[in-house]
Amino acid sequence: METMIETRDLTKYYGSTLAIDRLNFEVAAGEIVGFLGPNGAGKTTTLKILAAFLSPTSGTAKINGFDVVSESLQVRASLGYLPENVPLYPDMTVTQFLEFAARAKGVEAKQEKGEIQRVQEACGLQDVRRVLSGALSKGFRQRLGLAQALLKSPPLLILDEPTIGLDPSQIVEIRTLIKNLEGSHTVMLSSHILPEVSQLCHRVVIINKGQIVANDTPENLSRQLGHEFRIRLTVKGPEDQVAAALKQVAGVNLVVSQGDGRFLVEAGGGQDLRAALARTVVAPGWDLLELQTQEFSLEDVFLNLTTEEET
Amino acid sequence: MKGLNGCLALLRKEMTVYFATPIFYITGFFFLVLAGYFFYTNMLYYSIISFQAAQQAANPQMAAQLNPNTLIFRPLFAVLAIVLLFLVPIITMRLLAEEKRSGTAELLFTYPITDWAVILGKFLSALLVYLIFLAFTLSYSLAFAMVTSLDWGAIAAGYLGLVLLGAAALALGLFASSLTENQIVAGVAGFALLLLFWIIGWAQELGAGTLGKVLQYLSLLDHYDNFTKGVIDTRDLAYCLSFIFFFLFLTKRQLESRRWRA
Repeated sequence: METMIETRDLTKYYGSTLAIDRLNFEVAAGEIVGFLGPNGAGKTTTLKILAAFLSPTSGTAKINGFDVVSESLQVRASLGYLPENVPLYPDMTVTQFLEFAARAKGVEAKQEKGEIQRVQEACGLQDVRRVLSGALSKGFRQRLGLAQALLKSPPLLILDEPTIGLDPSQIVEIRTLIKNLEGSHTVMLSSHILPEVSQLCHRVVIINKGQIVANDTPENLSRQLGHEFRIRLTVKGPEDQVAAALKQVAGVNLVVSQGDGRFLVEAGGGQDLRAALARTVVAPGWDLLELQTQEFSLEDVFLNLTTEEET
Repeated sequence: MKGLNGCLALLRKEMTVYFATPIFYITGFFFLVLAGYFFYTNMLYYSIISFQAAQQAANPQMAAQLNPNTLIFRPLFAVLAIVLLFLVPIITMRLLAEEKRSGTAELLFTYPITDWAVILGKFLSALLVYLIFLAFTLSYSLAFAMVTSLDWGAIAAGYLGLVLLGAAALALGLFASSLTENQIVAGVAGFALLLLFWIIGWAQELGAGTLGKVLQYLSLLDHYDNFTKGVIDTRDLAYCLSFIFFFLFLTKRQLESRRWRA
């Protein structure tokens, strides 16, 4: 598969502050990749470098085979970029703004009208065509930002927090919009919203303090972290006795009693202890009401990777 | 060809913004009020002198000096240049500073347009605004031509000087706007730099020798003076054009440096 984004030891200093530290990752054409990290981790800096707006201090980044520094124009011609906070020209109407963007991107005069109409429809901007950009609501601003990025259908879309500040129904709309780009475009998006990333993205890159801490599919990430097996049980029986019995099962590391007969069991070694646990509960005559393995969510992965344990 | 498209896209965008914001109308209004006032008083003065000359028909010396070019248009061009000093920083201060402040620079510089196309597009839009203002003042000479004959060559030279001086000042203003995110700072810096190039020639009067000559050569006003006299000298043309290029070049350098900083 073709490589759309490729970075080699990408490093950026702001003065003496290290913003990103030797990032190495690749994104294949057609992938939707989520870029996660706490505030100040270097997400926006990385995206700005990929969009050829900032130059890296050292290292290289290639978009569509072009270097972001020496072949910046070709890089810019192959991407649509939605910056953080969606900057717009407040004194231009939606259509005027898109006309400018289309011309700046070199959309041919004959196709300009059709192309603008296409992105306006795709982003649901038909009703605000004559509204000044400065008077748009947050949701429409975001859509206009996305619309300008979609002009001329660039192979790569870089979206910095595309759903931030939107209400839930708008988030769903934008998400559907991005999902529809699957296949025809490569999308790299940054986000704080973890369920969004796990729904939308084929792959997640997590960075913290300027370094990549994880780079995998959302499922694999959960599994990796889930090398400790977690099982949730609900048992009808004397709590302390049940807890003691569960602890006796080979492989169990921890039993947490959560009250009302609910227990959380953590086991190491990646072995499936469901059968053993069930037998343990049933043998003394207690009733097993519920038994469920619990998957680690992306939140757990994220927190686990980005927060340091206090010692 | 590709660069031209980007440049034209910028030019159109800037003109849209100029026409959509009050700055254009307010500066235009006051420029024309001032220009009209100066033209009116110059003409009034001229008509009084003419009247006196007609009464003393025996004074040929005075009648010979009666020339609308020297009595009306030359002083008008001189005073318009001073109005320009105030006007230009207001036209240019928004151009790059506002892009940086509002973050739209991030859009602009991730579109596939070269820095030169951006700079030229913005420079030409400011020049166009300035030319629109100047075009209105053409009505003075046209109205005047209905009652008397004018030396059109001298007027054309004066306008050429005004256009070149304006273009030079706009290039400097654009550079000032590239230095900061704050429009007001850009305006003040533009005004201060312009004033410096205006008065730099005065040092010559202190008798500073060769240095004084150099400073005088650098002065915008000295070169402009020739144009108002109706003299088009290649030295003055070369000065204005290199002044424009120099400041556009500095702007380009300033824009390039953004990539390396925060």
